[in-house]
Amino acid sequence: MISFLQQPWPWYVAGPLIGLLVPALLLGGNKTFGISSNFRHICAACAPANIPFFKYNWKKESWNLVFALGILAGGFIAAVWLSDGQPAAIHPALAEELSRFGIYPEAAIVPSSLFGLDQVFTLRGSVLMLGGGLLVGFGTRYAGGCTSGHSIMGLSSLQWPSLVATVAFMAGGFLMANFILPHLLAL
Amino acid sequence: MQYLKYLLFGILFGVILVKAEMISWFRIQEMFRLQSFHMYGIIGSAVAVGMLSVWLIRRFNIKTIHGETVVIPDKKFNKGQIYGGLLFGLGWAMTGACPGPLFAQAGTGAAAVGVTILGAIAGTWLYGRFREKLPH
Repeated sequence: MISFLQQPWPWYVAGPLIGLLVPALLLGGNKTFGISSNFRHICAACAPANIPFFKYNWKKESWNLVFALGILAGGFIAAVWLSDGQPAAIHPALAEELSRFGIYPEAAIVPSSLFGLDQVFTLRGSVLMLGGGLLVGFGTRYAGGCTSGHSIMGLSSLQWPSLVATVAFMAGGFLMANFILPHLLAL
Repeated sequence: MQYLKYLLFGILFGVILVKAEMISWFRIQEMFRLQSFHMYGIIGSAVAVGMLSVWLIRRFNIKTIHGETVVIPDKKFNKGQIYGGLLFGLGWAMTGACPGPLFAQAGTGAAAVGVTILGAIAGTWLYGRFREKLPH
């Protein structure tokens, strides 16, 4: 059983399980699946700075922060007890492309050659981590949700603005991965 | 402890995110280069199950465990879904993570992801600060 859990899980197991979180949260307490609002709650709690967007009762949304804390704990559990320690098997074309930038598959889930602690103060590392993080935070709030809130919860409840957002997410990702990222990796 | 269930749901989500390699920077790169079906399969099947669940809840008026009617707030369209969506997409392909996976990545011990999370909080703050000046 444990060795079965330690292998990478196939999409047809993971996807439906994630889909079931939608009714679990709805029926468990009338909550809609979503993560990115947590960044807003953290701003509202720590640095509201008299900005109207951050003046609301964030404590009413603390279930969402507890949910994020659970994700953090789940990541820890999976990495410590459910890992098989094997490097990710990746597409040969991607492996070839990345090897030109000195990036190789490793057992860690994020490549340490890009997102290691020693990379925080390099140009490439800070652009990817800090710049990427800024775009994720700014973009999700501007769009009113992320992959969870729009692409899974929004599409599940047939909301067409969520489809627009999902198409925009994918367009931005394609643009970055294929046309911009190669220049950033070369920094 | 009314929040315990949300902690457990979060733990389950975090474990899935790691074990299905959805938080892998490499899988995200493959997705955006159309080199793998994996991520499309996950998101597609998650939406299919979510859609069926929401339909069943509405069709049979299934109540919450507290006996309340399920309410799903409407998402209203504005241009932010396009502009913000594009900006988030750029960041997604850079970091290999959307907001949920960021927390899971940090949980796996990738401490430097804390910088990305701080970046995301700062980005959210900047949005709030300049919200009135942005096209919506």
